[in-house]
Amino acid sequence: MAEIKVDVRGETCPVPLVEMRKALRKADPGDIIEITGTHPASKKEIPMAAQALSVKIISEEQLKNEWRIKLQK
Amino acid sequence: MENQAAEVTLIIKTEVLNKVIAEAKGGIFMSAKTTIIIHSGDMDKLSSALIIGNGALAMGMEASLYFTFWGLLRLKKGGLNKGPLSKMHMFGLGKLMIKSRMKKANMASLERLMADFKELGGKIIACEMTMEIMGVKPSDLQEDLIDDYGAVGTYIQEARDADITLFI
Repeated sequence: MAEIKVDVRGETCPVPLVEMRKALRKADPGDIIEITGTHPASKKEIPMAAQALSVKIISEEQLKNEWRIKLQK
Repeated sequence: MENQAAEVTLIIKTEVLNKVIAEAKGGIFMSAKTTIIIHSGDMDKLSSALIIGNGALAMGMEASLYFTFWGLLRLKKGGLNKGPLSKMHMFGLGKLMIKSRMKKANMASLERLMADFKELGGKIIACEMTMEIMGVKPSDLQEDLIDDYGAVGTYIQEARDADITLFI
């Protein structure tokens, strides 16, 4: 089980969603994907996408200007 | 005869049941689809279309872009960025200004949006009638991007089972 880190700090729509999807496609079932970003709308939309893709949301946290979301494939 | 009919009914019922189960799980079917007609060749409109296409793919839908009329010209070799702004183009001055603002906001380039769209499995269709009218040969186009060439039938076939369809 691998942990894949996706850094989309400073990136804007639609890059955080797209990079999340790319990482999910490459991941094996059970892998953890950790996405760190700053784009405000993506903080809401990544969990939405995860739900649409039936991917488990492990955690969501806000650290100052950054957010970090962990998903499990 | 009767057996066959019963079998067909059973298959249909199973499909309906699978749909209900998937819905109950809160998941969206992977077969959900977005189709976009790109009629405009304007830079800003192409950018919106590619962003929507990428968003659809990222959220688990299929996506296909049907390039027609002025939009088709953006598939020509080196043509992706050649479009004017839909408003305030001002002989290219407005476009330059918007481009610098887009860069400042770190917006993804059309090349990147197109590359991501293809990487996530998006489909590009080129309109053959436009090619004829405008005298565009397949070799004038970025053939590596194009999955299919077709006319209105191809688009309708794509769109008839689509959940979202847009004309840009």
